Amino acid sequence: MGFFLEVLIGGLMTGMLYSLVALGFVLIFKASGVFNFAQGAMVLFAALAMARFSEWIPGWLGVENLMVANILAFIIAAFLMFVVAWLIERLVLRHLVNQEGATLLMATLGIAYFIDGLGQTVFGSDIYKIDVGMPKEPVMVLQGVFEGGLLINKEDFIAALVAALLVAALALFFQKTATGRALRAVADDHQAAQSIGIPLNRIWVIVWCVAGIVALVAGIIWGSKLGVQFSLVTVALRALPVVILGGLTSVPGAIIGGLIIGVGEKVSEVYLGPLVGGGIEIWFAYMLALVFLLFRPQGLFGEKIIDRV
Amino acid sequence: MTRQIGEVILDLQNVSLSFGGVNALTDISFDVREHEIRAIIGPNGAGKSSMLNVINGVYRPQAGEIILRGEHFRQMNPYKAACAGIARTFQNIALFKGMSVLDNIMTGRNLKMKANIFQQAFWMGAARREELEHRAKVEEIIDFLEIQHIRKTPVGRLPYGLQKRVDLARALAMEPQILLLDEPMAGMNIEEKQDMSRFILDVNDQMGTTIVLIEHDMGVVMDVSDRVVVLDYGKKIGDGSPDEVRGNPEVISAYLGASH
Ligand SMILES: Nc1ncnc2c1ncn2[C@@H]1O[C@H](COP(=O)(O)OP(=O)(O)O)[C@@H](O)[C@H]1O
Ligand SMILES: [Mg+2]
Repeated sequence: MGFFLEVLIGGLMTGMLYSLVALGFVLIFKASGVFNFAQGAMVLFAALAMARFSEWIPGWLGVENLMVANILAFIIAAFLMFVVAWLIERLVLRHLVNQEGATLLMATLGIAYFIDGLGQTVFGSDIYKIDVGMPKEPVMVLQGVFEGGLLINKEDFIAALVAALLVAALALFFQKTATGRALRAVADDHQAAQSIGIPLNRIWVIVWCVAGIVALVAGIIWGSKLGVQFSLVTVALRALPVVILGGLTSVPGAIIGGLIIGVGEKVSEVYLGPLVGGGIEIWFAYMLALVFLLFRPQGLFGEKIIDRV
Repeated sequence: MTRQIGEVILDLQNVSLSFGGVNALTDISFDVREHEIRAIIGPNGAGKSSMLNVINGVYRPQAGEIILRGEHFRQMNPYKAACAGIARTFQNIALFKGMSVLDNIMTGRNLKMKANIFQQAFWMGAARREELEHRAKVEEIIDFLEIQHIRKTPVGRLPYGLQKRVDLARALAMEPQILLLDEPMAGMNIEEKQDMSRFILDVNDQMGTTIVLIEHDMGVVMDVSDRVVVLDYGKKIGDGSPDEVRGNPEVISAYLGASH
């Protein structure tokens, strides 16, 4: 029982990160109908910026304190992500309004390759590290309840906590502020939103900025754990099956979908892995997504897509 | 009546619009005076909705001009039109289905909100005060349209007649100078129609709003409008006071020939 709980908690913690990245997808899709394939590239780009600036800043400014360097690097990286968001809207999306879904998808693929290339040209293509002082040692909890207690990875726990807080903050923002209301309006009906004076372009920049911040946080968490390297792109694309599972237009779907996939991966790896020789973690999410595509293409919570004239 | 019909505020000149081979509007000209209720009538497919869509820029005409308070536009866009004080409702209600009545109407205040995104995000005084101010205005509109009882209901769950009313409320929240209404009474029963006519007259009278109204119900049109444009197959076949239009032989034959 104790062991199962450990696996479950481990899965939930990984899942929370998937939820966060999936939320980036869903926000952009809701607001602009764009399926953003560049999300993975944005995670890598943000992580690269964070890693390299935190490395360069002590030399440039003579600050020794790691924390100060990290904070400065975070601010610069966040600012860079805003610039990227603004440029994407200005140079690409604005000119593709009302185009077919396939066109927009190709455009984001193009953006993805461009950002990948740009990031590696500017920041280099080695493996870099991000050190935000995440504790690496595991802890024992609930020793009174279970024999031997539960072994929890502190780093994963903090990461999950940060992801959960960010998700909660974003949810609050969209529920409680005027901009959030405008964003929900745009998600429901572009034409009506514009007709009451909500500027689509500004909303798009905002959702891409949010996706940029989400990418940065995910990039820092995964980067500090795995090292900043090209494979971060694929880690981030694990969020793709999450949105298929949860429904492209559903914020709760993204959150719950992320948790389901996180748990599913871990549980199947641990309990089924030995039977089939392991490696389930790698394809589990995609297989689950495939099943959903076949039987429930709108996902758990998504709406049926109905075209209105 | 306190209202006084004023100068021409909106002038459409030689507007033509086609979709592929279909001429939705052919060389249409008419004007709208400040504070008046201007009706657009005509059989189904005559081009009435297209006309409203041209005025607020949802459609872009191939020819013609839109002159708004003396300023000439080749075409509008919906955002620009909203900024210029034009609000509208849609024939197929275009409310934000996932949101409550209150939130829907609050979105109508968007252009009047000045707090920036950081003030909002951190729930700072300026943003909070503004939210309360606008909320008070929205409550006035809710009282005016007598929809207090459904304030918190998600609009998707409301019956059709009430959705139409919320659609009007959202447009009114913009405090527009010109209000475009596309069949605000379609699908309503007699009682609902009477309420809606009363609201339209009150908006026009108390707020001085200029109204362009598309309506099928002839009785309503004749009762509420100051002047009427008649369209048929995308062409203008009549323009004048309700009495003039009613006596126009071309209009009579268009209506007798059409099935609706
Ligand atoms: N978006 C559109 N695409 C193609 N044809 C359209 C579109 N909107 C309107 N039309 C055509 O234009 C004509 C006028 O339609 P509309 O303005 O909706 O008429 P009304 O509101 O008077 O019933 C019709 O023939 C209609 O099929
Ligand atoms: Mg119509």
